Amino acid sequence: MPAETPAYRIRTANVPLMVLHITTTDLMQFKSQLLQKLAQAPDFFSRTPVALGLGGIASTEESLDFQDITTFMRAHGMLAVGVIGGSATQREAAAKVGLGALPEISARAPRPEESPPPVAASIAPLSQQDELPGLEASPPSSQEDTLPAPEAVVFRPTLLIDKPVRTGQRVYAEGANLVVTAIVNAGAELIADGDIHVYAPLRGRALAGANGNTQARIYVHSLEAELVSIAGYFQVFEEGIPEALRAKPTQIFLSGERLELHPLRV
Amino acid sequence: MSKVIVVTSGKGGVGKTTTSASFSTGLALRGNKTVVIDFDVGLRNLDLIMGCERRVVFDIINVINGDAALSRALIKDKHCDNLYVLPASQTRDKDALTLDGVERILNELKESFDYIVCDSPAGIELGAFTAMYFADEALVVTNPEVSSVRDSDRILGILAAKSKRAVEGREPVKEHLLVTRYSPQRVASGEMLSVDDIQEILRIPLIGVIPESEIILQSSNSGSPAIHMDKSDVSDAYKDVVARFMGEERPMRFLTHEKQGFLKRLFGGR
Repeated sequence: MPAETPAYRIRTANVPLMVLHITTTDLMQFKSQLLQKLAQAPDFFSRTPVALGLGGIASTEESLDFQDITTFMRAHGMLAVGVIGGSATQREAAAKVGLGALPEISARAPRPEESPPPVAASIAPLSQQDELPGLEASPPSSQEDTLPAPEAVVFRPTLLIDKPVRTGQRVYAEGANLVVTAIVNAGAELIADGDIHVYAPLRGRALAGANGNTQARIYVHSLEAELVSIAGYFQVFEEGIPEALRAKPTQIFLSGERLELHPLRV
Repeated sequence: MSKVIVVTSGKGGVGKTTTSASFSTGLALRGNKTVVIDFDVGLRNLDLIMGCERRVVFDIINVINGDAALSRALIKDKHCDNLYVLPASQTRDKDALTLDGVERILNELKESFDYIVCDSPAGIELGAFTAMYFADEALVVTNPEVSSVRDSDRILGILAAKSKRAVEGREPVKEHLLVTRYSPQRVASGEMLSVDDIQEILRIPLIGVIPESEIILQSSNSGSPAIHMDKSDVSDAYKDVVARFMGEERPMRFLTHEKQGFLKRLFGGR
């Protein structure tokens, strides 16, 4: 029997999600303050998926009338999609009205002193909200359309080496690109999780994308290397470097499982 | 201010001890109070080259262990008033050398000496490391030959990263390239690397070129540093090196092959 084309796929996605942190168990106060804010911007929420943040009231052990809350939210353009944090009792009660427990990324609860009018401060425009947990970041999928949660993006500045890298020395640019502006002697090793640029003769070894980053590239001013590697795929030059590239500006990248070497037009 | 100078190379047999002997003698001949120390524990040679092997009673390990005072271990050079030799031990293990012990000795020597020359053993192990650790300046002795250049590069890397100056973030050790056993004919015929080739790889300033010469062998045999062989090419070359080290300008010599007359070639010129 011929195989059917798949009717569905399950993937994890990282999406930014607005969180409405509830910081009081007094629902009257909660609703009235929120209504005041919404009077100024009635269309602030227009069918926006919103998670309920319960971290601020988790310690009270009181449960809330989640049915009441979700009705109220829906009336004002918010679609409650789940709860984040909160005590076990609270999460249980939420689940009964169809609000699942979203995983927390960090254990941070909004601190009361950070937000005068407790409710208003939590409705920050999406881009400024730095406590945006989003859906839990799973191992990065190969799809380009996933947005990583802010905490997962770590930017490390490029490691710059401006003195000769001598035989036996090893340089490792962890989580970063590497730029070397002095000679790299035979027997020296350059390693980077990102790209490697050598604006001088490269006579040793260069290993880019050391953490598995297949997009990493190597750019050299003068290719005289013993070994080059990207994401673990390596090439030595037993017969010598091809005439067209020897001691010339070269770009090296991974194509499938093969390293490609191309002249760099300067 | 006393200066500590290490004579090092990585590769063995390139001319470190020969250089230590002549360089320290040259400094002393110019009126500087100089001491030269042999760090090759177990394979000591400096005392032979300096011609004081029969006067060795105590050595550097004795001083480190407290068996003898430094003054009793120092040997006054017979050729030169300002020069003293601190020999290595022949019988002990190189592990007897400790950084602490060496530091104490150097501090004591700095009280009375202008220059302290440390003759390093070959390699990159404890002896070589201890010899270079406290250096202010370094003479990196290199033969015009690929493995020597590679080893010198290794040593330069260690100097730049692991010397006391590097570790403490002070001004780095001042590096000087000394090319030894240079033969212009062999460079011209492509058998040997030229000075330019060496510098292209090592990229440190050149302090001098010592030509290949039979004088060296004669000097070792007679226990008198080569710089004492007046009018010889090697002696002149070492004197140039000392002069440049002291800040004087000297044109680089011995880089080109001098055409020898028929008679000289007949009677064994090189």
